[in-house]
Amino acid sequence: MDLTITHTSNGGEHVLVLAGEIDAFTGPQLKERLLPLVNQPDVRSVAVDLTAVEYMDSTGIGIFVAAMKACRQTGCRLVVERLSPRVERLFRLTGLYERIVPRKGESDEWRNDLRPM
Amino acid sequence: MAQRPEADVIRLTLPARAGYVGVVRLTVSGIANRMGFAYEEIEDIKLAVAEACTNAVNHAYDRSAEEMELSVTCRVFPDRLVIEVADQGKGFWFDGQPADLRPIHPDADLDDVAEGGLGLFLIHALMDEVDVQVGEGVTVSMTKYVRGDGVACDDRADSEAEA
Repeated sequence: MDLTITHTSNGGEHVLVLAGEIDAFTGPQLKERLLPLVNQPDVRSVAVDLTAVEYMDSTGIGIFVAAMKACRQTGCRLVVERLSPRVERLFRLTGLYERIVPRKGESDEWRNDLRPM
Repeated sequence: MAQRPEADVIRLTLPARAGYVGVVRLTVSGIANRMGFAYEEIEDIKLAVAEACTNAVNHAYDRSAEEMELSVTCRVFPDRLVIEVADQGKGFWFDGQPADLRPIHPDADLDDVAEGGLGLFLIHALMDEVDVQVGEGVTVSMTKYVRGDGVACDDRADSEAEA
């Protein structure tokens, strides 16, 4: 029951690759990484890669809502990508999906170079 | 709901801390699995139970109160699983307002979207029956019916066959 966060960046464009579980226990760890990042004036975009997130609950949704609010102030673009079917279900059920997941074809190619794989 | 005698009962008492919510998820997952729930249903049950536990952990107790407890009771019926999550806190996280029970509206202004409060909505969305009682603390009772598309494991049938 763990969450690991891998952070890469290229200029003002950042990628956070998350792996593990996002719940009440690990949530503060994500919040402490994500919120300061989107609040930095030189950060233009943050893409959060959820492909290796096995479990997430409304704690995670609350953190993304908080980050989106911060982005509104700073103009930073925040997207969430590569959701597993379970995590996608959570985003859809809570109504956040349309607001934070880019439409197909909208993903920027540059992010692929930032993924540590 | 009257508890019929044929239920197997599993009780957990845990410190009401976020680090133990994962233990509840694992336990409930194991119980639901052996009852024959399908994968998606098991994941839904885990999420609903975690939301109930998280509400209790985050809101039920004064943060200075140490070693407060969370009680989880699983009642295994032939046709359903009933899970009760009870805290002994002040019960103020649940105000009974139906406004809690909806997702984020597609047209809502982001500033009006709360960062919490989706837990109870999710519990209702994921489980078949939900009952919330406020007394000494808050007790959330959640029921999921077995639909029979998984493989059930009925000890009772086995032991009757042996006898």
